[in-house]
Amino acid sequence: MDATVAFFFDLVPVLADLPGWLSYTIIGAVLTVGAFLFIAVFALVGIWLERKISGHMQDRLGPMEVGGWHGWAQTIADTVKLLVKEDIIPEKSDKILFRFAPFLMFTASMAAFAALPWSAKFIPANLNVGLLYILSVSSLVVIGILMGGWASNNKWSLYGAMRSAAQMISYEIPVALSLIVALLLSGSLDMQEIVHSQAGGIFNWNVFGYFPLLSIAFIIYFIASLAEVNRTPFDLPEAESELVAGFMTEYSGMRWAFFMLAEYANMFVVSAIATTVFLGGWQPIAPFLDFIPGPFWFLGKALFLILIQMWLRWTLPRLRVDQLMYTTWKVLTPFSFALILLVSFIKVL
Amino acid sequence: MKEYFRNIYQAIVTILIGMGVTLRHLFTRAVTIQYPHVKRELPPRSRQKLYVNMDDCIGCFQCARACPVDCITIETIKAGKDEDLGETSNGQKKRLHVITFDIDMSKCCYCADCVFPCPTECINMTPDYEFATYDRDDLLVHFSKYSAEEAEKLRERDRKEKEAKMKAAAEAAAKKKSEE
Repeated sequence: MDATVAFFFDLVPVLADLPGWLSYTIIGAVLTVGAFLFIAVFALVGIWLERKISGHMQDRLGPMEVGGWHGWAQTIADTVKLLVKEDIIPEKSDKILFRFAPFLMFTASMAAFAALPWSAKFIPANLNVGLLYILSVSSLVVIGILMGGWASNNKWSLYGAMRSAAQMISYEIPVALSLIVALLLSGSLDMQEIVHSQAGGIFNWNVFGYFPLLSIAFIIYFIASLAEVNRTPFDLPEAESELVAGFMTEYSGMRWAFFMLAEYANMFVVSAIATTVFLGGWQPIAPFLDFIPGPFWFLGKALFLILIQMWLRWTLPRLRVDQLMYTTWKVLTPFSFALILLVSFIKVL
Repeated sequence: MKEYFRNIYQAIVTILIGMGVTLRHLFTRAVTIQYPHVKRELPPRSRQKLYVNMDDCIGCFQCARACPVDCITIETIKAGKDEDLGETSNGQKKRLHVITFDIDMSKCCYCADCVFPCPTECINMTPDYEFATYDRDDLLVHFSKYSAEEAEKLRERDRKEKEAKMKAAAEAAAKKKSEE
C-alpha cells in the first residue's frame, strides 16, 4: 500500500499532515468508492455495448430510443427501474443467505480490483503476491453463486449453482496453470513486476514469448476465464433457455442488479489479468508511444479482450455439461501441463 | 490420439469460421426498420381496414350477404316517388336511403369477399393498418352520412307509409269481400 499512499500524498499534500490512521482511512474509502463507481459505469457501458453488438450481429439495431443517440441511456433507465423495483424474497427461502449472496459475490469481484496495476505509479495495493491474491479472492465468487442458488430453495437455482460450482472448480485449474506458464517468464507474482518484465514493445509481451508456446497459454487462459465468469459458450449456470436464469431465478430488483454488476466486474477482472500477465499491462504497443498514459493502454487492452468475449458470446452456442468437462479436463489441463514442462525445459536450457 | 487432435483442430477452425460470420454481420445493414418512425409502404392491394365510399353505395346488401362473419350491418329506406337521390359514379340510379352502414372491424376477417360483389365498387380494402383503439366499441365504424335524427325521421316516414299501405290493402280486401 505504500506506493499508493505516496501517490496520494503527491496528489493531495494535505493528507500527509493528517494522522496516519485518518489518512489511510480516507485513501481506502476513496479507492473503494472509486472502484465501485468504475464497476458501475463499466457495467452500464458494457451492457449497452453488449446489447448493441448482439443486435448488429443479428442484423438488428438494438436499443435505439432512450436518450436519443443510439439508445445510449437505455441501461441508465434500466438501472433506475431496478432500483425502484419491489424486493421479492421467496417465503421458503433461507432469508439470511438469500440476502447475503449477491453482496458476497460482488465483494469478491470487487476485491480483485485492489491489485490491478493501472499505470507505473498507480496500483491500489502493490502486493508481492498480487496475482495469487486476485486468483484466490475471485474464486470466492463461486461461494456467492452457490449460496444464492441454495438459499433460493428452487430447483432451477440449485441446478444453476451446482453446475456453476462444478464448472468453476474445474476451470480454476487451467486458469492457474496457464498463468504459471507466463510466470515462468516473468519470474514474479507481483503485478507491477510482471508488467515491468514485458517492457519494450509488443514483441516483448508474454503472449509472444517462446512463440508460439505462450500464445497457446494465452488462448487457454482466455477460454478458461470465459468459463470462470460464466460467459457463453460456458454460461451453464445461467442457461436462460433451460434453467430460467439459473442461480438468479428468484432474485429481482437491486439484488439481481448486484449479481449482474458482479458478472460484468468479473469480466473486467479476468480481462485485466490477461492484460497484465500476457499483453504487457500498461505498457504501450511500441516504446515511442510512451507519452500516452498507462491507464489508457491498460483499459484499451482490457476492453479489447471484453469485446472478444462479447463477440464469442454471440457466435457460439452453449456447451453441454459433458462437453464442458471434456474441454477442461481432457484438453485445456493436459495442454497447459505440457506447456509448463516445455517452457521450463527451454528456460533451463 | 489422431481423433483427439483432429477434434481440437476442427473446434478451432469452426470457431474461427463462426466468428468470421458474426463479424461480417456486425457490419451489414440492419434488416429491421424503426417502426413508428419509419413505416413500410404496403402494396396498394393489401387487405387492411375497410373503406366505403357512401356517395356510390346503392344499399343493395350484396356485401352484407357475402360477409362470412356478418360484420356489415346495413339499413335502407326506400326513397319517395318525387325524391331524387342522384346517381353513382358508374351511372346507377340510387333508389334507397342508406341510413345505416356499420362495419365492425373487430369481427372482420379481412377476406375481401365483400369487395367483389359490389356493383358500384364502393367498398374496398385500404392499406391502412393502424386503427388500434383503447375501446373495442371504437372498432365499429359508421359509414352512413345520415345523422341519427335524419335516420329516425326517415324511419318514421317509412313506418307511416307502410301503415297507410296496410290500411289501404285491408280496406281494398274488405271492399272486395263485400262486393262478393
